[in-house]
Amino acid sequence: MSTNNEKRDTYYESIIKQGYSRRDFMKFSTYMAAFMGLESTMVGQVAQSLEKTPRLPVIWEHYQECTCCSESFIRSNHPIVADIILDRISLDYSLTLMAASGHQAEAAKAETMKKYHGEYILCVEGSIPLGDDGNYCCIAGKSAKETFLEAAAGAKAIIAWGSCASNGCVQAAKPNPTEATPIHKIVKNKPIIRVPGCPPIGEVMAGVIMHVVAFGRLPKLDRLGRPQAFYGKRVHDTCYRRPYYDAGLFAETFDDENSKKGYCLYKLGCKGPMTYNACGSMKWNNGVSFPIQSGHGCIGCSEEDFWDNGPFYERTTKVPGFAVESNADTVGKVAAGVLAGGIALHSIGANISKRKELMDRINRGKTNEKNIDS
Amino acid sequence: METKNFKRVMVWEMPVRFFHWINVLSVVVLTVTGFIIANPPALHSSAEATNLHLFGVVRFIHFGAAYIFFFNMILRIYWSFVGNQFASWRAFWPFSKKMWNNFWHVLKIDIMLLNEDHPDVKNISIGHNSVAAFSYLALFVIALISIFTGFALYADTSSWWLPKLFSWVTPMFGGDFMVRTIHHIAMWGFILFTLVHVYLVFYHDWLDGRGEVSSMFGGYKFVRDDRMKKTSKTKKKKK
Repeated sequence: MSTNNEKRDTYYESIIKQGYSRRDFMKFSTYMAAFMGLESTMVGQVAQSLEKTPRLPVIWEHYQECTCCSESFIRSNHPIVADIILDRISLDYSLTLMAASGHQAEAAKAETMKKYHGEYILCVEGSIPLGDDGNYCCIAGKSAKETFLEAAAGAKAIIAWGSCASNGCVQAAKPNPTEATPIHKIVKNKPIIRVPGCPPIGEVMAGVIMHVVAFGRLPKLDRLGRPQAFYGKRVHDTCYRRPYYDAGLFAETFDDENSKKGYCLYKLGCKGPMTYNACGSMKWNNGVSFPIQSGHGCIGCSEEDFWDNGPFYERTTKVPGFAVESNADTVGKVAAGVLAGGIALHSIGANISKRKELMDRINRGKTNEKNIDS
Repeated sequence: METKNFKRVMVWEMPVRFFHWINVLSVVVLTVTGFIIANPPALHSSAEATNLHLFGVVRFIHFGAAYIFFFNMILRIYWSFVGNQFASWRAFWPFSKKMWNNFWHVLKIDIMLLNEDHPDVKNISIGHNSVAAFSYLALFVIALISIFTGFALYADTSSWWLPKLFSWVTPMFGGDFMVRTIHHIAMWGFILFTLVHVYLVFYHDWLDGRGEVSSMFGGYKFVRDDRMKKTSKTKKKKK
């Protein structure tokens, strides 16, 4: 897949050079195959691919973001993940993690982009502000938009880390003063993997990037451009509290008996039933827990516009075009009330306006009744 | 004063009546279970979750009723090609001059409640009038919205191809949030429609005296004698 592989080690070589054993390597390949959602028979293919494939240069750009994606990523649970990707994958440019700084760093990036044109993977963390000519986010004297378009031009594929790059996240919440824009709305001609979440799960990030580097192609994506292996199911459908939901056992408040018993948080505004993510199955922090397990409902952080989708602690979602607090039921009740009033008035009006016709018919009917023979 | 003579006419054929009442039943069930799913009542039970499946049952009923609603609708569409003139799709087609003339007439007489000095018998609709036709078209659109959003929400938990056909709807709205909200609003469309529909049926039964309410049970409506063709065939039948 690469033409510049003379000087680059393969993943296997760099892992062995790091001091890991082949056994560690095989374990790592198994982990990765599992993270990618592959069958166990695919482990060999992952290992083989990592043995043969030269390391891929990665440029990791930070724009309007909080770096929680990077933080999540470096905590993904297999040590080789951090090693291979951060030290060994040749992460040629990442504001948070690279050793170089200032002009040196920019020069290194420019060199990678030139040398590996059309081959490197561009990872983007953060949204890109388009308002005020892009001046809301500038790095090294250039606007985020300018830097991004430059880096995207030579990228083989783009990975949009987190909700910022995928959906816009909090910066893009109404009224979106900086016109924060997710990257798929800026670049259309490159393959883009969207990995939403605030942040995405570290293992998911590792799985996605390993799929790209190990197989040289994108993982299977859903219609929204998300890797299907991780975003194919709702949090609700993999939640360990699901049996309580099916039973109809719900926590009514955060401090009631039901909540203590670990009942379903549906009525407390849990967004699990509308949120596609792997939190319920992969969990967080090396599989320790996830929000619902800790007693807090899902806030739907990997869904589009989750900041604008209504309150976090209520079941309701906002009706677009109506006042801030109105939901479908309020609008419906008012409409039904107005309609019922109208119907009542109309029925009175009808009897008054058509009284002549009505009386005629009633009289005719009464006359006929009197004329019944037999 | 002379009482007018009426002829009994089969207006709503058996499949139309069956469609109507199955539709009523499924919409009622869907609405009630829909409200429960949107805001489940507090359940006071000390049973373990293993031994309870109440909410699952409510959802099952909702999904089952949804399938009935859907296939019932498809059968009705089929019948609009083979049924009588009142069941035909032509009776709902809004782009004819006749339809529009009737539309304004109904607005004037039945909605604005004005009276005519010399009512024309031709203005009395035998099946549904043009305004009603519009309300059924609107209901059909609302039903389509419910079907598309409903199956889209359901698709991910199903392995059947039919619900999966609708899985493209969710990405169109960015995710489940908006799809769910639209589904919920569409339900209110059914409620508002029902209010108006039931009222107007009562209204016509009371003011026209032609069996509006009972027509959806027996299928017959009463049409004035002077509207019937005076052919030899009908004369023969009279005997």
